[in-house]
Amino acid sequence: MKAPRFDYERPTTLESALELLGGNRDARVLAGGQSLGPLLNFRMTQPDLLVDISGLSELAETRDEGDAVVLGARVTHSAIEDGRVPDPSRGFLARIARGIAYRAVRNRGTLGGSLAHADPAADWVTVMALLDASLIVRGASGERRLPAASFVTGPLTTRLRTGELIVGLRIPKLSSQARTGYFKFNRKPGEFADAIGAVIDDPQRGVRRAVIGATEGAPFVIPDAAELLRSGSEAPISRAVTSAGFHAGTYEHRVHCAAIKRAVARLQ
Amino acid sequence: MKPIALTVNGKSVEASVQPRTHLADFLREHLRLTGTNLGCEHGVCGACTLMIDGAPARSCITFAVACEGADVRTIEGFDEDPLMDALREAFSAEHALQCGYCTPGMLMSARDIVTRLPAADEARVREELAGNLCRCTGYVGIVRAILSVLEQYRGARLS
Repeated sequence: MKAPRFDYERPTTLESALELLGGNRDARVLAGGQSLGPLLNFRMTQPDLLVDISGLSELAETRDEGDAVVLGARVTHSAIEDGRVPDPSRGFLARIARGIAYRAVRNRGTLGGSLAHADPAADWVTVMALLDASLIVRGASGERRLPAASFVTGPLTTRLRTGELIVGLRIPKLSSQARTGYFKFNRKPGEFADAIGAVIDDPQRGVRRAVIGATEGAPFVIPDAAELLRSGSEAPISRAVTSAGFHAGTYEHRVHCAAIKRAVARLQ
Repeated sequence: MKPIALTVNGKSVEASVQPRTHLADFLREHLRLTGTNLGCEHGVCGACTLMIDGAPARSCITFAVACEGADVRTIEGFDEDPLMDALREAFSAEHALQCGYCTPGMLMSARDIVTRLPAADEARVREELAGNLCRCTGYVGIVRAILSVLEQYRGARLS
């Protein structure tokens, strides 16, 4: 299908972008357009105005803050895949990026766009919760920081307020001993996942977390996953998946258990 | 309507477009460049894949109005390209197309694989092709064609 009618602006300053987003019209942010484009073509969203942020160069910037790396919201999946931006994760983010959709999509799709869109099956939704990243968000009343672990509240629903814009992500650096594991179930590479398992074991920083991703809503974070990581055995995994709201015996329960189990087995 | 100025296949183009017009429709309907095919129109099938600033992109979910200043290259823009010539020849030799609908997009992804991943093996080629659907030849010929060009390309780089 073809997208419905909308107006389009490409502001060149953050201030003018926020002014457009905070106005009276039903406005949506256009970053890479790789999720918004399909939604528009399906007419699932019918905004009055698209505010294209591709002219905001500060949103493509990156910086090293010592114990963390800040990636601008407009950094693309392929820039992460190719190692063209600083990496706080010892290669983990690049491995994840390579599995997002397809290269033609990764060339335009952005980190901030993926989080703002908040598809439960999106890789960054799970991964940023796992790494305890925070989102740097700007609105008319200034800047605030939101933990990625609680940013997504439901399918396509986040804690962003009307008129706010994600400007970047602050991702803590992993220590040299950190190991990460990730597994997602999809029928072919690049498809939306049925289940995602993500785990991190970083003893130097005292971080042992797991995330059950591609749920029907928010990612389910297990902040203390020591037992689950130690054994990789059925019982603690099954309990965690049950706590995430999946009933034992169902396909969803089984596929999420298997995803976590395989993520633990892939710790590297 | 919004004014845009971009480069298409090396030529400067200025036009006035509705914001809702995607790049593929702009190329096909306004510029009569019908080599770019449309399949699913939601970024999944890969038929509309072309190059924007040298990297493959989906033209069905990229709005023309957002391509201000972009360098767009469609399949028609690769007529004098030796690597695309080699891919076309290999696609023909390996029976990598039947109806041909997916072929322009396949060739874009194929060219990207060869230039970006010269060491790719069959498994990697198949993984990279996951975003281009073919519903009649069944990929075997397509994969074989790309692998044969990868081999030629590696040879050329070594010599």
